[in-house]
Amino acid sequence: MSTQPSQHPGLNLGAPHAEAHSANEEFVFGFWVFMMSDLIIFGLLFATYVTMLGGQAGGPGPSDLFEMKSAFIETMLLLVSSFTFGMASLSLKYREDKKWLIIWLLITLVLGLAFIGHELLDFNKMFDKGGVPSRSGFLSAFFALVPLHGLHVTSACIWLLALLGQIAVYGLDTNVKVGLTRLAILWHFLDIVWIGIFSLVYLGGLA
Amino acid sequence: MSGKTLSNERAQERASELKNYIVGFILALVLTLIPFGLVAFTDISRMQLYGVIGLCALIQIIVHFRFFLHITLARNKREDLQLILFSVLILAIMCGGTLWIIFNLYTRMIPSLAL
Amino acid sequence: MNHLSDLLLGRLGWDALPFWEMLKDPTTSSIINGIIATGAAAVVILGALIVAGLLTWYGKWKVLWRDWLTSPDHKRIGIMFIVIALVMLLRAIIEAAIMRAQQAFGLGGGFLSPEHFGQLFTTHGTIMIFFMAMPFLTGVINYVMPLQIGTRDLSFPVMNTISLGLTAAGAALVMVSLVLAPFSTGGWSGYPPFTESAANPGAGVDYWIWAVTLSTLSSTMTGINFAVTIYKKRTQGMNLMRMPLFCWVSLCTAILMIFGMPPLTVATALLALDRYLDFHFFTVDLGGNMMNYINLFWAFGHPEVYILILPAFGIYSEVFANFSGKQLYGYTTLVIATMCIAVLSFTVWLHHFFTMGQSAHVNAIFGIATMLIGVPTGVKIYDWMLTMYRGRVRFSIPMVYALGFLILFSIGGLSGIILATPSVDYQVHNSLFLVAHFHNMLIPGLLFGMLAAYNYWFPKAFGFRLEERWGYRAAFSWIIGFMLAFFPLYALGLLGMPRRTVTFFSPAYLPWTLAAGVGALIILFAVFCLLMQLWQSIRMRHENAVPVGDPWDGRSLEWATPSPPPEYNFPVLPEVYSHDPFYEQKSGGKAYQHPEQYVDIEMPANTAMGFITAVTGFLMAFGLTWYMWWLVIGAGVATLIAVIARGYVRNTTRIITAAEVRRTHERWLNEVARTTPITRDHERTTANKGLAVPPEQGAVQ
Repeated sequence: MSTQPSQHPGLNLGAPHAEAHSANEEFVFGFWVFMMSDLIIFGLLFATYVTMLGGQAGGPGPSDLFEMKSAFIETMLLLVSSFTFGMASLSLKYREDKKWLIIWLLITLVLGLAFIGHELLDFNKMFDKGGVPSRSGFLSAFFALVPLHGLHVTSACIWLLALLGQIAVYGLDTNVKVGLTRLAILWHFLDIVWIGIFSLVYLGGLA
Repeated sequence: MSGKTLSNERAQERASELKNYIVGFILALVLTLIPFGLVAFTDISRMQLYGVIGLCALIQIIVHFRFFLHITLARNKREDLQLILFSVLILAIMCGGTLWIIFNLYTRMIPSLAL
Repeated sequence: MNHLSDLLLGRLGWDALPFWEMLKDPTTSSIINGIIATGAAAVVILGALIVAGLLTWYGKWKVLWRDWLTSPDHKRIGIMFIVIALVMLLRAIIEAAIMRAQQAFGLGGGFLSPEHFGQLFTTHGTIMIFFMAMPFLTGVINYVMPLQIGTRDLSFPVMNTISLGLTAAGAALVMVSLVLAPFSTGGWSGYPPFTESAANPGAGVDYWIWAVTLSTLSSTMTGINFAVTIYKKRTQGMNLMRMPLFCWVSLCTAILMIFGMPPLTVATALLALDRYLDFHFFTVDLGGNMMNYINLFWAFGHPEVYILILPAFGIYSEVFANFSGKQLYGYTTLVIATMCIAVLSFTVWLHHFFTMGQSAHVNAIFGIATMLIGVPTGVKIYDWMLTMYRGRVRFSIPMVYALGFLILFSIGGLSGIILATPSVDYQVHNSLFLVAHFHNMLIPGLLFGMLAAYNYWFPKAFGFRLEERWGYRAAFSWIIGFMLAFFPLYALGLLGMPRRTVTFFSPAYLPWTLAAGVGALIILFAVFCLLMQLWQSIRMRHENAVPVGDPWDGRSLEWATPSPPPEYNFPVLPEVYSHDPFYEQKSGGKAYQHPEQYVDIEMPANTAMGFITAVTGFLMAFGLTWYMWWLVIGAGVATLIAVIARGYVRNTTRIITAAEVRRTHERWLNEVARTTPITRDHERTTANKGLAVPPEQGAVQ
């Protein structure tokens, strides 16, 4: 761990960013609180999914619909993107160097978009096999939980684009730094939710 | 990486944080590969699989919090840790309660759906 | 209807007008119901027109925009929240009176159609919870809490305007449903499968879903805002255990909002998916499970109960301490009790559906957890009684409400213990006994608290005290009217009368429904008294002015500011050394000081974000309700653009110069110097200009 402990989890701004630090205090803590509220939403959707596993109503079930390979690819895309976002945070913290920051952010964005694209293809394949949400309670629960995560990733990508625009206009000012710090929390958090999804939904369904 | 040269101390700090991310990434990777590998290539019993998957997921979540989100037991971060622990408590009450109530109802009312 | 109008108006047609049915199929029943509904719609439209007309007549549109709609000031936002609450309270009380009248005449018929009655109890419940209680308590906390912890604003002032905007949008949606009917008939809890499209295909349930969703999002944001503010923005020396109890309940309420709102978001979102996209969460076929809705709804519903009641607990704590002239008794136990209630409230939701069919041991465990909540609540009741013990109690209006609460709430709590026993609950569930119980908790435990807060902090917000004769009339009418309106419902419940029933056939019910009807009339009179009180107060605003700002010889920091306080609250943020800081300042002669130096103050600049989200939120919800997809997409894109554009705004603050702060502050200090201090004996006379004699000169005990 760093010798100079950062003041907040997910907050990777160092000594030269004192101003951003104090601005961060409230914003980052507030964002954590929001994430925890969101966590309850995901948690209840997970619980709902489990209670509806039996409600397949004679329709296709997990083993008919899920593919290990695509679940694995999506998992890898998200995990690597979490790492690249970490690298972006490091660039922000230790170098006033926009070039590497932007490169890491772009890589993250591409990985995020690839994840969404792959997930959409996956859903399409499920539709072709008759796995549409109106088919059964089980599929309804699946299509509330997993796409909600996808929707979050989409919003995170839009936010990332908006922040890249802000970097272009204002450079690395306090607002941008605070924004990137909060987006980093969202990004890592979404990866954590995905751990739940691939373990419980995909692996649990295929086991 | 290019950029301005860092002071010695800052460079060390950066290196240790970089190491932090890399260790986290490798751990997460391993903890992902184990359950995927077991489900894909072995045929141990389903209950054992569930156990391994759940355990790996739990550890991986902690790994993510520790290495990517920097939640540690250090004193100056307790505030956030408390928030997360309280959230987990509420989550456990709500989700656990939901599962308990609904499956209890199933056993009495829709036995076909009970576990 | 042709294709174009389908595209433009969705499923909105002539039959949405409240008098359509009456014209098309004129029977006695449809005419009576049509006239009532049309009258209500006319009141909404006329009310809006009159407000718009008055604003134009007095040329106040610009003031409204600049000082209110775009203001990020927590005090103004708080007041606007309360205005929404009072308007909605008026509507929901009239609805309640119509329902009581229906049941008073309900033996074998009555005058309302079941459809109309269903809409009445649904809107009454939905409004009272989401658009009266929530905005009222949010407004009070918004106004008071930052002053009490000694800060200038909430942590996220822009988000605060958005919270206000979303609540306003939801309230507007409910109001519009009077003109373009119908609203849902599914009750405020909206249980499927009745609310599924198979049983209820119209727009009513959709109105309900989106109004509630707007309110939920608003409350979640409010909760985050309050919690972070209390955590991060307390003034120097104000550690957690020195906060006034009202701030403690605000914190616990905020936590309940943060974690209690998501289950409702999930429940209504899944119901919407069922209705709009043919999902099968709560349907009766294809593996749906309606019981999960009830589970999710009450996982929200029970924390919600404490979101409603905890703020009132805080208000009563302030009122009891202040009007007994004593420090609050048992501060630490009250804090611990509040936290216990907050956590326990997450563990009891099943008691709302004991009869759904789960095993006896599940019921027993949740029943025990429910009874446990009685323990910390009992601690609070004793603490309040001991606060009064040996105090010099002044029976001012907030105190009347507080005493009414103390007794009535205990009675309601006892009926709650009865209901918490699953075997008893099986006998009385879904009967009027339950209706009596929760009104017995919520009217004394929420509404009285809010009205006490209104009387207590009104002079702080507007600079003059509320008129007292009508105030007492209102308070006593509320207490008597409440008892007469709701105690008979206990008897009716035990006699077996089900709730939400439009008519009945047993003459044994009649005396009780008549008594309850009379109680409703007294409550209407109480509302009339409240309006008269406000009117008289505005007329007498000069006699009752309290510009110095401390009319009740208060103990916490909000009383250390002028009335009304300046936008920045404190010229210099105060330092706190103990509990009851303003009391300490006064007794040490440290109140009303010149600061050593004045500095520039940075305040959030005005923003239209709240207004924009109110408009786009309303349009999205309205479009979703009537299937006007172009409107939904348009408003959604507009919201997204507004949020992204906001990220590009950099000049988000404005500076109030040190010179201006000095001018304002010294003008006030001169006023203080000119004012004659009064003792508490003269508190309710026109001699009260808001300056109390120092405690050591005999003001205490």
